[in-house]
Amino acid sequence: MRLTHLSLGIAFGLLTTASAFAAEAIDTKRLHPKHVEFEFEGPFGTYDRGALQRGYQVYKEVCAACHAVDHLAFHALGEPGGPEFTEAQVRALATAAKVPAEPNDKGETTDDKGTPLMRSATLADHLPAPFPNENAARANNGGALPPDLSMIVKAREGGAAYVYAILTGFHEKAPAGFKVTEGKYFNPYFEGWNIGMPPPLNANSVTYSDGTKATIEQEAHDVVTFLAWAAEPKMEERKRVGFGVMVFLIAFAGLLFAAYKKVWKDVH
Amino acid sequence: MSGPSTYNPQSGFERWLDSRLPLPRLLHDTIHTFPTPKNLNIWYTFGGILAFCLGVQIVTGIVLAMHYVANANLAFNSVEGIMRDVNYGWLIRYIHANGASMFFLAVYIHMFRGLYYGSYKAPRELIWIIGVLIYVLMMATAFFGYVLPWGQMSFWGATVITNLFTAIPVVGGHIATWLWGDFAVGDATLNRFFSLHYLLPFIIAGVVGLHIWALHVPGNNNPLGIDVKSPQDTVPFHPFYTVKDAFYLTLFVILFAGFVFYAPDFFGNPDNYQPANPLVTPPDIVPEWYLLPFYAMLRSIPNKLLGVIVMAGALVTLVFLPWLDTSRVRSCRFRPLMKQFFWVFVVACVLLGYCGSQSVDAVKLGIPMVWVARIASLYYYAFFWLILPIVGLIETPKKLPASISQSVLPSAAPAE
Amino acid sequence: MAATISDAGTTRRDFLYVATGAVGGVGVAAAAWPFIDQMNPSTAALAMGSTEIDLTAVQPGQQIVYKFRGQPLFVRRRTPAEIASAKDVDVSALPDPLARNLNLPDSTLANDADRATKPEWLILVGVCTHLGCTPTVSTPQMPEGDYGGWLCHCHGSMYDTAGRIRKGPAPQNLLVPQYTFLSDTRVKVG
Repeated sequence: MRLTHLSLGIAFGLLTTASAFAAEAIDTKRLHPKHVEFEFEGPFGTYDRGALQRGYQVYKEVCAACHAVDHLAFHALGEPGGPEFTEAQVRALATAAKVPAEPNDKGETTDDKGTPLMRSATLADHLPAPFPNENAARANNGGALPPDLSMIVKAREGGAAYVYAILTGFHEKAPAGFKVTEGKYFNPYFEGWNIGMPPPLNANSVTYSDGTKATIEQEAHDVVTFLAWAAEPKMEERKRVGFGVMVFLIAFAGLLFAAYKKVWKDVH
Repeated sequence: MSGPSTYNPQSGFERWLDSRLPLPRLLHDTIHTFPTPKNLNIWYTFGGILAFCLGVQIVTGIVLAMHYVANANLAFNSVEGIMRDVNYGWLIRYIHANGASMFFLAVYIHMFRGLYYGSYKAPRELIWIIGVLIYVLMMATAFFGYVLPWGQMSFWGATVITNLFTAIPVVGGHIATWLWGDFAVGDATLNRFFSLHYLLPFIIAGVVGLHIWALHVPGNNNPLGIDVKSPQDTVPFHPFYTVKDAFYLTLFVILFAGFVFYAPDFFGNPDNYQPANPLVTPPDIVPEWYLLPFYAMLRSIPNKLLGVIVMAGALVTLVFLPWLDTSRVRSCRFRPLMKQFFWVFVVACVLLGYCGSQSVDAVKLGIPMVWVARIASLYYYAFFWLILPIVGLIETPKKLPASISQSVLPSAAPAE
Repeated sequence: MAATISDAGTTRRDFLYVATGAVGGVGVAAAAWPFIDQMNPSTAALAMGSTEIDLTAVQPGQQIVYKFRGQPLFVRRRTPAEIASAKDVDVSALPDPLARNLNLPDSTLANDADRATKPEWLILVGVCTHLGCTPTVSTPQMPEGDYGGWLCHCHGSMYDTAGRIRKGPAPQNLLVPQYTFLSDTRVKVG
């Protein structure tokens, strides 16, 4: 009996040790983002206006609760190459947003209860952040800092595909032996597989005003398109100017080649 | 070849100007009638391309400085303001950032050309040494410039490189503090780096003037490595090389434009689109690609001070090159043994660059990259200090043609 | 051209060189434009270039001073007496008979109706047309100048209740900027 207990105990100890070793042996390097195509890729790619406007809606209704887009100003929402909201729409969006107000006549910036005084945003203002500073952001998110999203597509290896993979990667099952850290969520497309963000998107998280079906993939595709524009609002202008420049340069090179051959024709 | 001036002022105004400030004469003699060997190939066009790159960097840089703010709290946002709000700011910024990479691409081709054709040999030793000085100034300028956007790589690259000075015994720590202007890289450092980044290109321009002046004394080398014997060996710089250089420059600009308009972040690092955070180190700190070979040399030595010495020594070695090569033949076209060692040297430099881009403990195909870096660094030093002196003495060079004009006659054997 | 080029085929060769040079010149000009345009106001500056002002807090006889495009903007809610005194003026006898109103053609005369489209609201750029100082507003409690409008303390220019110059070295009436009333209590300037 004692021997059985002993052997069982040793076996159990070995097994748990083995599984612990097995857990350490799992490489938690992030998975390569799945292949996904966006219309703005390639030398002639442009942003899909509808996707940008839907993506803005996803950002505003889902992501803006925790993530700022500090480099985006309201006037950018109406400029060519972006969502191209009309001026009236942009003014409405700006007026609906609140930003900290300048000191009032008494020099106060908060009311009697200590709440900061707010005013409507103007076109010149940048989109307001959900938290006034980093500490407030961390306090509201279990110690994790939701990064600013205005540059995220350019600031991550893998770009738009990486962000899309993160947003759509929450449903994957963790492999046997991998224990998700307390307070975090499993996402194999994030380095270390433990991400502080809870799955942000569900089917019909937003109701699209243009009637598009709001699947997780659609929402992710639209918000990633919006974020790609937010990181590089001048992309369409860049590719358009680039085309003209390349055509000119190739033609000019042709002319110069002819001139070069003519100049050197009789040498030697 | 510098000789008596061939300028003949035509109009009254030209004579008036010539007797007071002979600038047209200088231009006429140096870029109009200057006798240039007629057999220069594509590898000789990069000097002109480099002058163009310097001009582009200065013009785009001055314009960027109209909008950039060199303050740790404002720098990152000011660069994004340039990208988003300044008219064509995105274009000027991308030209400046990619221009730095194109500048170094051109300078490496230019330097390898000099190595291959023996352009550093007598009487052109000083041109080579001035060139090494320009190269070092370029590296310093690029280093200061990369810090300015104040992204994660800007900050941590500055931290790593300025910390190298702490390797110097006794005074190292004080030198580092003096460079920082603070206890660590910070706002004080950023401000002085901006000032120096603005200054150095003009010093480079001056040294480039010396470089060209020194070149115009003996005149250009050529792919055969033999001296100009008669005027039949040369053509006037204009229109022959003005037009030829313009053509090759346009091809270069096509490549440049390809990056600027279609892959503007190809040479960059995504981490630099994150604002600098002194409390969070990025997992892999890497400099821009053109500094990677030296970065690899530095990291291949486990000792901090020795690593610095090996890295700096690689640059100092270049200064001694004219005296390390014992061969009396200039061009590798006629040096069958040296040619092979040269190409191995090129491979070693590319390998060093690759090692620099990987993390220190990287293992590829079962080989630890740090050992590849060590062997490549060893070859770098051996190439200059052992191979060049020894091969020059033992090699049997091929027969040199009698003259440049002779070699381009149809009856001559095709050159490589 | 250098003497080593033969003279045969000159016309065609010269045309090639001229064409190449011309195309190159066009390229240089096109390349120069971004460097010139970047000094123009950026989209951020232009976004600051128009502002909306809430008028609900302004009482009759009161003026608020707003900062607009880096300069003071006077928004004055005129009393009926001030409006009347502004209308009771022979425009042709004024030192500056033009309206100086950016919402109207340049030749419009300085009638009060052409200085303030809604007579109660007078909106002016608060920069004295002499040398740029900010004039002080005149109120019944603290009169400034002889015309009930503004007095510029720098060199003594006096403006009336329609912001027109009446006395002193200033050559022109105070400028009326572009503005549109979005509602009775909200005006967009610029």
